[in-house]
Amino acid sequence: MSTIEQQESETEEQAENQAVESPGERRRAEKREREAEREAQREAEEASLDDEETILLKVFRYDPEVEGKQEPRFDDFQVPFHKGMTVLDALIYARDKYDSSLTFRHSCRQAVCGSDALFVNGRQRLGCKTQMADLESPVRIEPLPHQEVVKDLVVDMEHFYDQMHAVEPYFDADELPEDGLEEQRQTRENREKVKMSTRCIWCGACMSSCNIAAGDNEYLGPAAINKAYRFAMDEREGENRKQERLRIIEQEHGVWRCQTQFSCTEVCPKDIPLTEHIQELKREAVKNNLKFW
Amino acid sequence: MYEHDVIVVGAGGAGLRAAIAADEEGADVALVTKLHPVRSHTGAAEGGINAALQEGDSWDLHAYDTIKGADYLADAPAVDTFAKSAPEEVIQIEHWGMPFSREDDGRVSQRPFGGMSFPRTTYAGAETGHHLLHTMYEQAVKRGIEVYDEWYVTNLAVTDHENPEDRECHGCVAYDIKSGEIHGFKANNGVILATGGLGQAFDHTTNAVANTGDGCAMAYRAGVPMEDMEMIQFHPTTLPSTGVLISEGVRGEGGILYNGEEERFMFEYGYANNDGELASRDVVSRAELTEINEGRGIDDEHVDLDMRHLGEERILDRLENILHLAEDFEGVDGLDEPMPVKPGQHYAMGGIECNENGETCIDGLYAAGETACVSLHGANRLGGNALPELLVFGARAGWHAAGKDMKAAEIGTGPSAKSEDGAVQPPVEPGAVDAGSEDVVADGAAVEPTAVIENAVDNERTRIETLLEDDGINHANVRADVQQTMTENVNVFREKESLEDALRDLREARKAYEDVAVSDPSRTYNTDLIHTIETRNILDVAEAITLGALAREEFRGAHWRAEHQERKDDEWIKHTMLAWNDGTPELYYKPVELEGDEETYEPKERSY
Repeated sequence: MSTIEQQESETEEQAENQAVESPGERRRAEKREREAEREAQREAEEASLDDEETILLKVFRYDPEVEGKQEPRFDDFQVPFHKGMTVLDALIYARDKYDSSLTFRHSCRQAVCGSDALFVNGRQRLGCKTQMADLESPVRIEPLPHQEVVKDLVVDMEHFYDQMHAVEPYFDADELPEDGLEEQRQTRENREKVKMSTRCIWCGACMSSCNIAAGDNEYLGPAAINKAYRFAMDEREGENRKQERLRIIEQEHGVWRCQTQFSCTEVCPKDIPLTEHIQELKREAVKNNLKFW
Repeated sequence: MYEHDVIVVGAGGAGLRAAIAADEEGADVALVTKLHPVRSHTGAAEGGINAALQEGDSWDLHAYDTIKGADYLADAPAVDTFAKSAPEEVIQIEHWGMPFSREDDGRVSQRPFGGMSFPRTTYAGAETGHHLLHTMYEQAVKRGIEVYDEWYVTNLAVTDHENPEDRECHGCVAYDIKSGEIHGFKANNGVILATGGLGQAFDHTTNAVANTGDGCAMAYRAGVPMEDMEMIQFHPTTLPSTGVLISEGVRGEGGILYNGEEERFMFEYGYANNDGELASRDVVSRAELTEINEGRGIDDEHVDLDMRHLGEERILDRLENILHLAEDFEGVDGLDEPMPVKPGQHYAMGGIECNENGETCIDGLYAAGETACVSLHGANRLGGNALPELLVFGARAGWHAAGKDMKAAEIGTGPSAKSEDGAVQPPVEPGAVDAGSEDVVADGAAVEPTAVIENAVDNERTRIETLLEDDGINHANVRADVQQTMTENVNVFREKESLEDALRDLREARKAYEDVAVSDPSRTYNTDLIHTIETRNILDVAEAITLGALAREEFRGAHWRAEHQERKDDEWIKHTMLAWNDGTPELYYKPVELEGDEETYEPKERSY
């Protein structure tokens, strides 16, 4: 950030230059000056790193387009540590200060947009809500496993979205109050029952942690099944719709593939009891098939 | 070239609602978004959705509260339309499955919010926006609406007539982030800009990193005026380290603010004796900063927000999300200790000038949601009014673009709505980035829609190739400079000198931007390129905010000026308007319409 004094002195210098140089030369000279300033600033920052606590990041790099990056590798970044620093903060620092081609998704930085799920020190986590202080150094940051890598830490989410869409993820009431100004009733208990399932932010951490999903590309996966649970258990949808929902999750690559390893539940950044929801749907499906219950 | 009837740019709350509305009218509609719809920042909204649903409440009370909260800078036709339509829209999303918090009888709960005379805020825990966003995305999926996700719209395809009111928008240009390809999108009926906020012009903001004012800046450069840009809302309760929002719902439920001397300052120092913590956001933000500036803050930086007395059960039922945010981002357990809070940039009340039907002065170009300025929020948005805004005006823009027969709008737009010229003497000549002059509206004299789009596509290809091929400085430096000067100089408290300092800094940043280049040569998922283009948009909106703030010499709503400590109704019940005018912002004014359906709103003193 240049101060006003700096700007003023720059303006004076520009005025002097103006007398002897063409506008193009002046512009290039200014550019050189600014580059020199930034270089000095960078050096000062790097020098000050010696006095501060720093953390070493080992970040996965890959870019199919750029020669020299087509072979996957890990890059090291030494970033200054401060209290409260998250993995996302560290990545942003590395990108903005050292290598602007470092690529990752991020947006809300408050654990609700779901775009920065990463594999950090061997576990799926949201970069924005993972404190650096809680991690062992060096911090190893990789894209979500079992997903195709687009570039660096960005994975292709298409398959995840396809599975989410496969469960018909939308509310479908049998009948609605006739008056457009009257809501459907829902008991507090029922809302409480579906509450956790409605918290899913589509980050894909669960799917990435699931051994079954890794081996069976058609498996709906924990997020999609949780989405199905969210609607199947909502009392505002009718019995017919529930039957259809059970039919979807009962298919060959549906709930029965889950082997209750709990890895999805373990990594879910929104604490959704995914495994439990899957088991509950299994029970519903059994009850549904054995009509005497 | 892709072709649809209606193209909606941005797929947050307003964009999704607009797309669903256009689909309802039978239009072939597509959403083009630089994120994926569920990543949109609507998902971060916490508090709730205002609508007069209960007995004892009525739309006109909601309208009155909104106008009063707006400090009489809102247009009555917008406010009336909004308050009348909100109940139907809220019940509609309930019918779409929105998991609202419930009362014992199964009806949706409503709670009190700041500046509201009735507890009319419906909510879903403290994560209302998340549920709203997901519910609407689900409905878009149900209807099979086409979504181009991770496609960044970088420019509009608009004809080149001298007068913006003669121009037509035929589509836009978008960049496929995954492949790096640039394509034209032809819109047979209209383009709806629903690109959200511009909080990234500031460095302490509740806004997502993606909120870079893209829609605003694109419309502005295409010739649509920007309205009331100085009206930036600062939210009084954001976490000091990150800017993460702590919902007004905490104060709505009874949360209390304390200064460093453990005084309940809203009452004890008399900032708002009637409403205390639930005074409007501008009042609370100034109160907090006054405490901090006068040495009664904590660590000279923040105050405390305490909700412990509400009890664990109530907190878990209605504010559970707040506990997670305080824990994850500040390491504080809200059940055991108060949470540190300070004001942060939160919402842009101003934006793209449009009318109640979402129309801008350019034929075929619409705006809705935070990027738009109808104007509904005037000088201060009441908590819980943003989500119903995007439902009501998102739907109206979608219907109108799809050709639904709607009542002609009462709010005037474009240069012909001008009432007087503006006067502001900036310390430096503001204006365009030299290198970017070709990305301004000039699309040749082409009138054939396809030619207009192709021309716009060619311009964008050239701009992007130049950015990728040239050597130069990193946009991140420019962006950081802009964010810092805006937070230092165009914040809650504003004075002439600091606003002028900001304009000088912005001028410097513009000059620096001329040398900006992208160092990542890749065509695959090049975020360096995306952020570089965004930074250009940030520059344009930051300058507009600052110019507006310098022009408005009074104290109204969120806009506080050291030299002007009173609301000047005789002079200033008018909107500040900025027109691009070939890169030199031209300031003028437009009257505020206070004549509503039932009554003409008479400005009253705001007292709390």
